Amino acid sequence: MAELKPTRDGFGEGLLELGKTHPHVVALSGDLEDSARAIWFKKQYPDRFFSVGIAEQDMIGTAAGLALAGKIPFACSFSQFVTGKSLEQMRLAVCYQSANVKIVGSHGGLSVGADGATAEALEELTVLRSLPRMTIVVPCDAVEAKKATIASADYPGPVYLRLGRAPTPILTKPGDPFAIGRANVLREGDDVTLIACGTMVDHALRAAEQLAKDGVAARVINLHTVKPIDRPALIAAAKATGAIVTAEEHTVVGGLGSAVAEVLAEHHPVPMRFVGVQDRFGTSGDPAELLKAFHLMPEDIVAAARDVLRLKQHAL
Amino acid sequence: MSKGTPDLQALRRLAVELRRTILQMIAKAGSGHPGGSLSMVELLVGLYWHALRHDPTRPDWPDRDLFLLSKGHGCPALYAVLAFHGYFPKDELQTLRRYPTRLQGHPERWSVPGVEIAAGSLGQGLSMANGFALADRLDRRRRRIFCLVGDGEVQEGQVWEAAMTAHHHQLEAVCAIVDANQLQQNGPVKEIQDIEPLAEKWRAFGWHVIEINGHDLAQVMAAFDEAAAVKGKPQVVVARTVKGKGVSFMELNPAWHGVAPKPDELERALKELEAAV
Repeated sequence: MAELKPTRDGFGEGLLELGKTHPHVVALSGDLEDSARAIWFKKQYPDRFFSVGIAEQDMIGTAAGLALAGKIPFACSFSQFVTGKSLEQMRLAVCYQSANVKIVGSHGGLSVGADGATAEALEELTVLRSLPRMTIVVPCDAVEAKKATIASADYPGPVYLRLGRAPTPILTKPGDPFAIGRANVLREGDDVTLIACGTMVDHALRAAEQLAKDGVAARVINLHTVKPIDRPALIAAAKATGAIVTAEEHTVVGGLGSAVAEVLAEHHPVPMRFVGVQDRFGTSGDPAELLKAFHLMPEDIVAAARDVLRLKQHAL
Repeated sequence: MSKGTPDLQALRRLAVELRRTILQMIAKAGSGHPGGSLSMVELLVGLYWHALRHDPTRPDWPDRDLFLLSKGHGCPALYAVLAFHGYFPKDELQTLRRYPTRLQGHPERWSVPGVEIAAGSLGQGLSMANGFALADRLDRRRRRIFCLVGDGEVQEGQVWEAAMTAHHHQLEAVCAIVDANQLQQNGPVKEIQDIEPLAEKWRAFGWHVIEINGHDLAQVMAAFDEAAAVKGKPQVVVARTVKGKGVSFMELNPAWHGVAPKPDELERALKELEAAV
């Protein structure tokens, strides 16, 4: 069993390291720095941490001002609140001004669990993806989250980092390659491709193992950067495998799956299935229990893979 | 740049010239916001000819004071002021709002030198001002940061979030200016949603409040001088103004919020302004 650790912890460690290496990195939070793990940076660098109260719109605007003055601000809160409250600020103050602001959403997806629907961010990738100049990164584990945090500081322009609250398996090693915008193929295979981000990468890998038992070779792509999307990796996978399943802890309306479909519909259409939240709100419960209830488990990905394999056979 | 004794007569004459230019720009564009542009003219004159430390030949001078226009629809006035100072050619003013102009209908950051922030979705400038001030504090850079908001604009909740942030962090570099011109798009502010008592509100939020007649240049300049001397807290100049100031048929008439004058109306307005000198 792999070690379990929440991706938000990886962010907290990355931010702390940036404090040492990047004097212009600062952080802001709307009274959720403990939850988002920015509190480790706050304790070490109190002068470079700004509390703005429970006021996400002002936080994003303040972060934009800091960025225009040459700082690299990380603005942290729950995914739902930092993105849901501040669309207009992200659009005008951050993206339109190309402000070098890093927006950090902890508690993405269903991982906030017991808190229920109001805090469960299931739509923010859709909304942020529509903003010109926005970059979106959803790390698959805590190790990758730390790398993504450090990489985002050196990546000019707006970045959204989506993190999770619940401990999830460590899948990658510190030495594994990571570059914003470049998808990682975690497992080779030519029968079907499973494309996932965040926690669902683990489920995709487990689905691939199950499929392998039946002789199906599934390629698994960790699409940690949802925007800008790695078109060559997607097109190559579609050409090689002819069948695609996407998996995300997010609504299927406009998220990772839609982003993949936009590329493939234009360049190399193949049968696709979308594993994700089916246009509904979240609910209270244990995160692991909710992933089952919302059909986001490895077996759901396996079932979707069998669907696309059947479609692929018909098409031949 | 000079901070010598201001020649009030010359500045009043300048304000008239700016008003004439603003109206010509909007008339030529065929659209725009004359009312809220005319109401802020003396405030910009007081800033750009007295209070602001700036240098048009070096618009990116790191130690320049900053002026952030939050009520973006007033940008014709800002563009005119910047062009009068030589930030960009005056001829370009006539391209306002017409493709492919640098003079956007609402400001785009650095589309022309001197435009420090984008604006047009109301309520956002003051948060950015605070961000600049926090960064400057870390960098030990001493400069003033002015942010002009409208009175209708303070209905936006973000303005008050930012007001709390500036107070909490004791951002003495920040000076807000409210162009309290009494009207918003659909009528008097007090009828759309009353914001008074405005001075008391800012005071309750921990700000140093200076209330003035925003068309009296001596008062405007004195207000900026007073604000600059305040320590440990942000300042706000509540400038009581008249929307459409200087043109009788536009003054306090909500119809002139977002409509361009037709040729005959422009002619009348320009004559009136000239006669008032």
